[in-house]
Amino acid sequence: MRKLGAVVGVAVLGVALAGWMRPTVPGAQGGGTISGKVKFTGAKPAMPKIDMSEEPKCKAKYTAAPPTEETVVVNANGTLANVFVYVKSGLPASYKAPAPAGPVTLDQDGCRYHPHVFGILVGQPLAIKNSDGILHNIKAKGTKNRPFNISQPAVMTSDRTFSAPEVMVPLECNVHGWMHAWLGVLPHPFFGVSGSDGSFTIKGLPPGTYTIEAWHEKYGTQTATVTVAGSETKTADFSFAAK
Amino acid sequence: MIDALLAFVLVAPRVPRPPSLVPLQDTTHGKVVYAKWCAGCHGDGGAGDGPAAAHMLSRPRNFTGAVYKIRTTASGQLPTDADLIRAIDDGLPGSAMPAWKGRLSDAERRDVAAYIKTFSSFFADTSQHVAALKFSSEPSGGTGATALKTGRQFYDSIGCRKCHGDQGRGDGPSAPTLKDDAGFPIFAADLHQSWRFRGGGSTGDIYHRLRTGLDGTPMPSFSDLIDQKFLTDEQLWRLAQYVRSLSPPEPPEVQDVIHAPQIAGPVPASPDDSVWGRVGRYWFPLVGQVIRKSRWFAPAVSGVWVQALHDGHTLALRVSWDDRTQSPDSAWLGFEQRVLETVASDDSASPPPKAEPWPDQLAVQFPRHIPEGMERPYFLMGSETDPVYQWRWTSSPRKSVAGLARGIERFDTLPGVVAGQARFDHGEWRLVFTRALATPDTANEVPLEAGRAIPVAFFAWDGSSGEHGSRVAVSTWYFLALDRPTPPGVFISPVLAMLVTLGLGLVVIRRAQRRGTARVER
Repeated sequence: MRKLGAVVGVAVLGVALAGWMRPTVPGAQGGGTISGKVKFTGAKPAMPKIDMSEEPKCKAKYTAAPPTEETVVVNANGTLANVFVYVKSGLPASYKAPAPAGPVTLDQDGCRYHPHVFGILVGQPLAIKNSDGILHNIKAKGTKNRPFNISQPAVMTSDRTFSAPEVMVPLECNVHGWMHAWLGVLPHPFFGVSGSDGSFTIKGLPPGTYTIEAWHEKYGTQTATVTVAGSETKTADFSFAAK
Repeated sequence: MIDALLAFVLVAPRVPRPPSLVPLQDTTHGKVVYAKWCAGCHGDGGAGDGPAAAHMLSRPRNFTGAVYKIRTTASGQLPTDADLIRAIDDGLPGSAMPAWKGRLSDAERRDVAAYIKTFSSFFADTSQHVAALKFSSEPSGGTGATALKTGRQFYDSIGCRKCHGDQGRGDGPSAPTLKDDAGFPIFAADLHQSWRFRGGGSTGDIYHRLRTGLDGTPMPSFSDLIDQKFLTDEQLWRLAQYVRSLSPPEPPEVQDVIHAPQIAGPVPASPDDSVWGRVGRYWFPLVGQVIRKSRWFAPAVSGVWVQALHDGHTLALRVSWDDRTQSPDSAWLGFEQRVLETVASDDSASPPPKAEPWPDQLAVQFPRHIPEGMERPYFLMGSETDPVYQWRWTSSPRKSVAGLARGIERFDTLPGVVAGQARFDHGEWRLVFTRALATPDTANEVPLEAGRAIPVAFFAWDGSSGEHGSRVAVSTWYFLALDRPTPPGVFISPVLAMLVTLGLGLVVIRRAQRRGTARVER
């Protein structure tokens, strides 16, 4: 009986300790949500066509319309795609990110990067995939992370990780000067990228007041302050204007 | 006295300071060395932005990012201390970075390496993994046809040609788009000039660069391919051996005199005549024109190969040089604009010149008369009062003219004829000038007399690098010597002399023998 009491005591202490050490760890379930749309105003800039005649294998993948650069992608509903929206500050200092589920994949297909803008957790593997089977080099030009430059002349996948938060790490291919992608490296999973309808969603936030930043490769950054409590959903819309 | 001076020069830089006085890796002392010898190019704060940097292409290393081209570590890793020391000791050939071994003491070089590391917080970050890659040793048979064929196969299959071009002269389809991490234009290396490879020109050096990549540049690391078994370590060595085979076995030595042998037949007017394969070739390095405004610190043509021969009536002079572009080439106009914007002109008040479709050009320069002594006209295209005689060739319109230059700005064509035939082939120009040895205009057109030392100099412009006018690569004066045909006497006389000696000797022996016999009979 005494023994049992000791075991129970230790167990209770353990649970209490665990609870104390990880006070408000968000899970995928629960927590607050911030969602919104990224609007675009002004004249939609024309994106230059990409001449892929040096790479017939890539060129053949664009049967409907010739490929264009993706610096500014304005959606049919007048919203702006490829905006990286993330929690810039406001998380408790004790916050610890959950272990990442698996690798994030960056695909080189049709001599373009898929996705063009995306995020990753510190330490999470980035699987760099070459689906084209022609020579690509992938160069990461971070300044807080060590830059690297590796060659992929075949259908293959290389894994790399990033050790420090950095918004953004530019990725590029020098064989094909038009290939650019942008990677946001964060110590937490609270980020999203505006999609083909211009919307983004950040889920599972612990209660608090956050500075949210929206980053676009051409139009720069905007911030908003949002307070979430419990499991409520708050809206944060952004609007970028043509330059 | 001279001996003493010589001894001083030879010995002085090698005397190491007592280690007890100078602790190695002394960043305080390193800072002093840096301020004196390095900051002029690399900048006080190590950002690669010293006063001299704005004229350079490629730019001095920016130490604040701790991104280094020449390493023994994987792409993305910091260099080892030994990597930094090596770059300081040997310099980066083909760039403005000289070798400091022999100029700075061992302690000074180590201290300055330690100081350079203080410009970036990456070196103080203990979580950074730094380890030299384990390199295998070179497999034998590297110069054999089978090895080179394997190397060439991988050159094609893993896409080297995309930037370095089909024949390796840095003229691949992606070459005009290349930029370094700072956004400055960068050339894909000309693989025919291994003596200018930044990390050294040996097969081992090339293999190391393939494994590590040149961080900060478009050149990637190929180590993942071995890790994932897309190619074997030996195959990567074969590729390195193939690349090495594109350059001469030894770096070219500069000789002062071009010997033009005399041949029997008419001289070859074509640059691809088989006769040229049997004529010695001479290498003359070119440097940027930095004397007259606008100065040019980024010459695209690093040197010319020259061959010459004559038939007693006509001289044929063959000049070949590596040039990535057959200018004007619209694919390179953007690159040309970036070069002109990057390389600051010495006239800082005016905006950078606009890229224009300039042609490629080559000039061969002579004095108007063969000088009796060592007095020659000013090497930089003569002067108003003492002009020089030049042959000038342009790629577009494709023509050759002879004329007089009176300084860089003034060139007046002469009615006299010089013929030029040129061929552009995968990043190389091959050009043959032909001219009669004697011409009617003896006042202006140098007579090409056999047996004389005729001063000669060379100038080259790469239009697609923005070179035009004073933005030119120049040489100093060298000499052209038309060899006289060897008179038959040179060959016959020694044979006659030998025969006479032999005959006389035989006579002497016979006599001696006869006397000897007579004595015995007596």
